[in-house]
Amino acid sequence: MQKAIKRYWPIFVLPTLAAFIIGFIIPFIQGVYLAFCQFTTVRDATFNGISNFIRALSDNTFTHAFWYNCAFVVVTTIAINVGGLVVALILTKAIRGRNIFRTVFFMPNLIGGIVLGYIWQILLNCVLSLLERPLLNLDATAGFWGLVILMCWQQIGYMMIIYVAGLQSIPDTLVEAAEIDGATRWQTFWRVKLPMLMPSITICLFLTITNSFKLFDQNMALTGGQPAHQSELLAYNIYYTFYGRSGPQWRGIGQAKAVIFCAIVVVIALVQLRLTRRREVQQ
Amino acid sequence: MKKKLLALGLACAMGLSLLAGCGGGTGESSQPPDNSQMPASQSGGEGEAAGQVYYLNFKPEQDGQWKELAEIYTEETGIPVTVQTAASGTYETMLTSEMAKSDAPTLFQVNGPVGLNNWRDYCYDLSGSQIYGELTSDDYALKDGDSVAGIAYVIESYGIIVNETLLDEAGYTVEDIQSFEDLKAVAEDITARSAELGFAAFTSAGMDSSSDWRFKTHLANLPIYFEYLDRGITSTDAIEGTYLDNYRAMWDLYINNSTCSPAELTAKTANDSLNEFVSGQAVFYQNGSWEFANVVGEGKLSEDEVTMIPIYFGVGDEANQGLCTGSENYWCVNKNASEEDIQATLDFMYWCVTDETALQAMTGGEGAMPSGEAGMGFAIPFQQAPASANLFVQLDAEMTAEGKTPVSWNFTTMPSEEWKNMVGSALAVYAADQTDANWDSVVSAFVDNWAAEYALANG
Repeated sequence: MQKAIKRYWPIFVLPTLAAFIIGFIIPFIQGVYLAFCQFTTVRDATFNGISNFIRALSDNTFTHAFWYNCAFVVVTTIAINVGGLVVALILTKAIRGRNIFRTVFFMPNLIGGIVLGYIWQILLNCVLSLLERPLLNLDATAGFWGLVILMCWQQIGYMMIIYVAGLQSIPDTLVEAAEIDGATRWQTFWRVKLPMLMPSITICLFLTITNSFKLFDQNMALTGGQPAHQSELLAYNIYYTFYGRSGPQWRGIGQAKAVIFCAIVVVIALVQLRLTRRREVQQ
Repeated sequence: MKKKLLALGLACAMGLSLLAGCGGGTGESSQPPDNSQMPASQSGGEGEAAGQVYYLNFKPEQDGQWKELAEIYTEETGIPVTVQTAASGTYETMLTSEMAKSDAPTLFQVNGPVGLNNWRDYCYDLSGSQIYGELTSDDYALKDGDSVAGIAYVIESYGIIVNETLLDEAGYTVEDIQSFEDLKAVAEDITARSAELGFAAFTSAGMDSSSDWRFKTHLANLPIYFEYLDRGITSTDAIEGTYLDNYRAMWDLYINNSTCSPAELTAKTANDSLNEFVSGQAVFYQNGSWEFANVVGEGKLSEDEVTMIPIYFGVGDEANQGLCTGSENYWCVNKNASEEDIQATLDFMYWCVTDETALQAMTGGEGAMPSGEAGMGFAIPFQQAPASANLFVQLDAEMTAEGKTPVSWNFTTMPSEEWKNMVGSALAVYAADQTDANWDSVVSAFVDNWAAEYALANG
């Protein structure tokens, strides 16, 4: 087996590597280059230094979208992970219809973001109009919480599956030993299960943080950035800069924003991975 | 060792086949696309036809007709014509990505001077072309300095579409409405009696993105038009907003005499509004000649019960005001295409506006296509064109013949899409809570933002 892999690795690696280079590495490098250019299509770029970055950073909607997005990431990351873990804890108990519940909680994941966005827009607008409050597109705060609700509804099920897998891989012997030693249920959870769950937590935090930063279709469908860019998350702001504005300079500015955005997400994700990895324990 | 070589060989072959599929799409050269590299499959391997046409069409409602015309043209001349249509609201996106390809569109559209801003470097100078000679008036050419960057191929009109049956039920006729004051009186009377009549004056002025252009762009054209008229200009770097009070009065009229509460407007779509009109829930519906086929037809309204009246604005000589008529559909030819393709495209355009079948398809109504489908019903500004079958377009011609002055389309000079969006956003906020403070933010979005956006776009 080992020998076969050694001999045939090019067959397995090279096609994928080629696809990865063509589909990711080259566009990525080209994208970074374009951030320093003025261009209409990717073929007619002219270099113009860092002026795109200066204009991107001095764009109020971009800085607003950044802070709005940060708040969104904090709220959703906490809500989704706490929610997912709680549901996972409940659904790893011996209760009837456990698998049905798991399926039901997972299902929102299978619906596309745009569809979800529009469905929730209708639902939330109905609720808001019954409460005689301004509709989603008129109120950035309502838009924010609408996005949070939507995101939780969609993501909790997915994180639940990861937590369920994590919980099931904790050896019964450890939990039993803790019980025999007289640990309360809370202590068992806090001192035994949770440390054993750290690999799952690492993954889930990573997924929720990056997903929340990259959220696009739900944002576009639910609020469309209304009112007046007040409910724009970063990805949507970049899209809007790139496609929504007319004039040759905007594409480059959008590209510069995208590069800044990419750097921010990478840095935050790496910091998070390092912090949580440190807390992972060996069995 | 042999096997290893074999494996390597296989892998390379696979890798190469992957690369081949990409053509040269990843190249960063700013050279015009080299069409000799185009995959042979593109033209279906069919003969040595000189050049080809790739038309990126803006109007989704005419996708079928264009495809049919393209087929007919290919049959007649052997020149392959590809028609692609962008989904509603995604034209700019699609054009951007298509333009970057090696087989980029040879024929595309811009919406006027502001749209041209993006694509100036791609527009072939049409000043010496045959189709330019066919235009009925030089006004329909989109000029960029001395060169002709685009040619309007369809003239459209908008105004207030009226359901005459309902208006009659309310005890009025269209002759009763000759000014803004008349319109306001009729609308407010209908609102007051709406419970008894069973319908409202206006359809919902939806501020969803499918519908908000009717107000942030088309209605906003009127204050701009009258201001330009006063100042004797055709574009400006700073609008003064002289007639914004009229704009407010009109907007108030729309939203407070409608089928729904003003607070719900942000959630109302274009379809909502259309359905309300077609199902007889409202008398007035602000929209344009392109909406004809959606309003009139089987299961909808009949042709003799609808008409279109000007958007009376309470400014100027209202008795002689016509519909808002103009174009935001300009054909442009991609100058980076190969010479044969440019020539083929020019020939195709000329054919479209001179050939009998094509003219009938572009202007005709029911059954105008050779396949028996409905034609496009356009009014087109070319010398050989027959009159359009579209009722609203005919109305516009009649009004102009009566000596009324059509309101020109000045929204093509709005500084940017962003400007329109901010006005739309402010209008929606104002609709939900009609305070002076909220109107001030509409004014600021209109006036201050105009200067700011103009500076950004042209600075």
